[in-house]
Amino acid sequence: MSVQEVGRPRRRKEDARLLTGRTRWTDNLTRPGLLHVMFLRSPMAHAAISRVDVSGARGLPGVVAAFSGQDFAAEQGSLPCAWPRAADTVIPEHPPMAVSGVRYVGEAVACVVATDRYRAADALEAIEIDYEPLPAVLDMERALAGDSPKVHETGNRAFDFTSTHGDVEAAFRDAPVVIDRTYVQQRLIPNAMEPRSVLCDTDGETYTMWSATQIPHILKVMLAMVTGVPEHTLRVIAPDVGGGFGSKLQVTPEEVLCLLLARKLGRPVKWTESRSEGNLTVHHGRDQIQRIRLAADADGRVRGLQVRLLADMGAYLALLTPAVPLLGAQMFNAIYKMDAYEFACTGVFTTKMPTDAYRGAGRPEATFGIERIMDELAAELRMDPLEVRRRNWIRQEEFPYTTISGLTYDSGNYEAATDRATALFGYDKLRAEQADRRDKGDPVQLGIGVSTYTEMCGLAPSRWFGSNNAGAGGWEHGSVRVLPTGKVEVITGSTPHGQGHVTAWSQIAADALGVPFEDVSVLYGDTAIAPKGLDTYGSRSLTIGGIAVLKACEKVRDKARRLAAHLLECSPDDIEFEAGAFRVRGTESQKTLQELALAAFTGHDLPEGVEARLDSDATFDPENFSFPHGTHLCAVEVDTETGMVRIRSYVAVDDVGKVVNPLIVDGQIHGGIAQGVAQALFEEAVYDADGNLLTTTMADYLLPSAADLPDFTLDRTESPATSNPLGVKGVGEAGTIASTPAVVNAIVDALRPYGVNDVRMPCTPERVWRALGAEGVRR
Amino acid sequence: MPRITVTVDGIKYEEDVEPRLLLVHLLRERLGKTGTPIGCDTSNCGACTVMLDGKSAKSCSVLAVQADGRDVVTIEGLGANGDLHPMQRAFHEEHALQCGYCTPGMVMAAIDLLRDDPDPSEETIRHGLEGNLCRCTGYCNIVRAVRRGAQEMGQAVNTP
Repeated sequence: MSVQEVGRPRRRKEDARLLTGRTRWTDNLTRPGLLHVMFLRSPMAHAAISRVDVSGARGLPGVVAAFSGQDFAAEQGSLPCAWPRAADTVIPEHPPMAVSGVRYVGEAVACVVATDRYRAADALEAIEIDYEPLPAVLDMERALAGDSPKVHETGNRAFDFTSTHGDVEAAFRDAPVVIDRTYVQQRLIPNAMEPRSVLCDTDGETYTMWSATQIPHILKVMLAMVTGVPEHTLRVIAPDVGGGFGSKLQVTPEEVLCLLLARKLGRPVKWTESRSEGNLTVHHGRDQIQRIRLAADADGRVRGLQVRLLADMGAYLALLTPAVPLLGAQMFNAIYKMDAYEFACTGVFTTKMPTDAYRGAGRPEATFGIERIMDELAAELRMDPLEVRRRNWIRQEEFPYTTISGLTYDSGNYEAATDRATALFGYDKLRAEQADRRDKGDPVQLGIGVSTYTEMCGLAPSRWFGSNNAGAGGWEHGSVRVLPTGKVEVITGSTPHGQGHVTAWSQIAADALGVPFEDVSVLYGDTAIAPKGLDTYGSRSLTIGGIAVLKACEKVRDKARRLAAHLLECSPDDIEFEAGAFRVRGTESQKTLQELALAAFTGHDLPEGVEARLDSDATFDPENFSFPHGTHLCAVEVDTETGMVRIRSYVAVDDVGKVVNPLIVDGQIHGGIAQGVAQALFEEAVYDADGNLLTTTMADYLLPSAADLPDFTLDRTESPATSNPLGVKGVGEAGTIASTPAVVNAIVDALRPYGVNDVRMPCTPERVWRALGAEGVRR
Repeated sequence: MPRITVTVDGIKYEEDVEPRLLLVHLLRERLGKTGTPIGCDTSNCGACTVMLDGKSAKSCSVLAVQADGRDVVTIEGLGANGDLHPMQRAFHEEHALQCGYCTPGMVMAAIDLLRDDPDPSEETIRHGLEGNLCRCTGYCNIVRAVRRGAQEMGQAVNTP
């Protein structure tokens, strides 16, 4: 028997072409007669459009066409919101190109199609637009006041959602400790390294769209629904896609408009955004104000939790906009037992870019809120923050455990992860150093931040989606064909954009079929090649898509077993499978998978009910989410004189169940932590008082470089998931969900002797210094 | 329109270019050298880094006319005889890429970094790569890959 592939740190099959520049990013692609599209975008946050004149652009060199919103008005439809979870959700009309008015800076108002992008850019200058300015609506609290200007005629309230579990009033009544805090989740810009790009070609009857998207399958359905172009004439391809982090989980105005332009002009068109265009118009993430109240007993036991969120939708509801904050509804209670929990969220329209999924989508926000306030509880009770968590978390012997919010966590071991993390971190030694620095009045103080997170991921159970008013389910599809030469093609409906599906799926198929890792190829990302799928987001690829591949392999094995029994003249029950061969038990008589694949290909001698070709397919729709968890510990040095924060060490012990490829898992955790740290320390989308985005470039929006981040120390515990046969859990978002509160808790921990109990993110030197300035003098 | 002569990955090209044409657009749209991607428009991200006369340059910040008479090496011209360059191999071994979009520029910047310091410390690597952004890896494995690449390149130099 060959070495088991699942669990091996296989180097990635994807790397070779990425390392040598043989890439197929959408912007690399061309077609004969390709035209280039550029969009003119609103410089106003809120205005009526009184006049658009594109005629000046039309005669310019290289210009093939120029259009305004009016030219698309009859055919462009309204962009979809697929998950209005709250029953009262208001979904305003969302035209791909603005027709009568604009509601955020960057909204497309006209376009030019030209023979090259330089000519198209030149021609944008010749378009004339008259705007009648309307007041910008930027502040969520003010937007909800009765006298606020309205973003939409229906008002600024998108929805109200409430869920209550247990008797909240009783939990807070006479509670010895009540902590009441307000936290701000700043607005973020995802910044996948590959800018968005769309190419659409047509032969007059059918349309092929290449797009830098996470969701070719969903995009195809939605394009048909929005534009009325028949679904069976559409093919969507996501070629190489350079990162997404949720930002390419969208049906964008530009995708719809490129399809309509290809139809209008009968020629291939391509649009590729610049980074500054992207910062304006790729959906943003986060942006919540969280009011959190926690009631506890004097010994630190949590009695109840009350969460009230204001969530900034931006100007419209994009694909999942209103659902994102509500993914927190079942997550604020996290790993803790409590008697009562109330969650309320109001979605608010503002004249800003719509928000939507960004790595973690609702769960980082919830984890931040609860992990921050657990530290506040510890501080109030003068207790170690790990001890207060230990007194409240679900103990290992209590799994499976149904939480106050109604989720059933199948497995976990918070004790083991925390013990391992504290040992690696040198927790007690760092606490001793912290005490020493405090005693000495060291200007550089040490802070220790704790985050014992869990999350619900592997976004799947279709029934759960259905009962929460989502427009789609969460199954995933895989198919497997053993080719006549014995090589294997796997087709997956889960579309990668950097994760390493090809490598991981090869490992799964190699084990399941007893074939070499090298003999497996994986096809994806094209609705004509992988017609069934629901794509990649919510850390769902392995736990849903990988399992679908495994199940398809099992079906192939069953078929091969029946064929082998027929050819070897025995009962299928007498066939045993080992190392890629089907053997009559207790004999030397066998058929290899390759021999059976050839026999299934020729079809010369097939048993009754066995069809030609050795292939099969399967969908998987699990009963439950997966619940990765872990303990992240962060030590920061804070210079109290300058406000500068330096991460001195960071330890993450994560439990993602069984691991298919430890190299890939560690990579996901590394990158996830970095993005969470970036929220804590560096990143914020800033609008000015008129609603202009100030952070349109990478010079203004601070993405961390290698020099801004430390190395991360990683380890794992392993509590297999019980909701899938491999025991795997999601890992793509875990690091981001965990790390933000670990860093901010560390900063606040360093500054607590100065009377500081919060620093608003991003915790820039100025903000830290100002937090100290108000209180530090009292020390 | 100015005519320029530029050598890219060992092949000499003669092109008539608009004075405003960026080198990266010459590479990608005229010469088919799409291995060099564009990640931003303010020269912050470094995805488009190439070697210009042996030194790293962000090709979005160089006009094509400025490359006249000069030698450009892109990620596509890096390996010799179909083999990966030791730095490319090190990125593969250390899992230093995920989506791979920043990788061409990161590899070029890493090689350039070693011209100044053939045996860089972790800190030197982190500061040396400050002009190249990656959104996937958190840089941990990139730093490891550069150290590994440096060791392998050092050995290659020392081996007769």
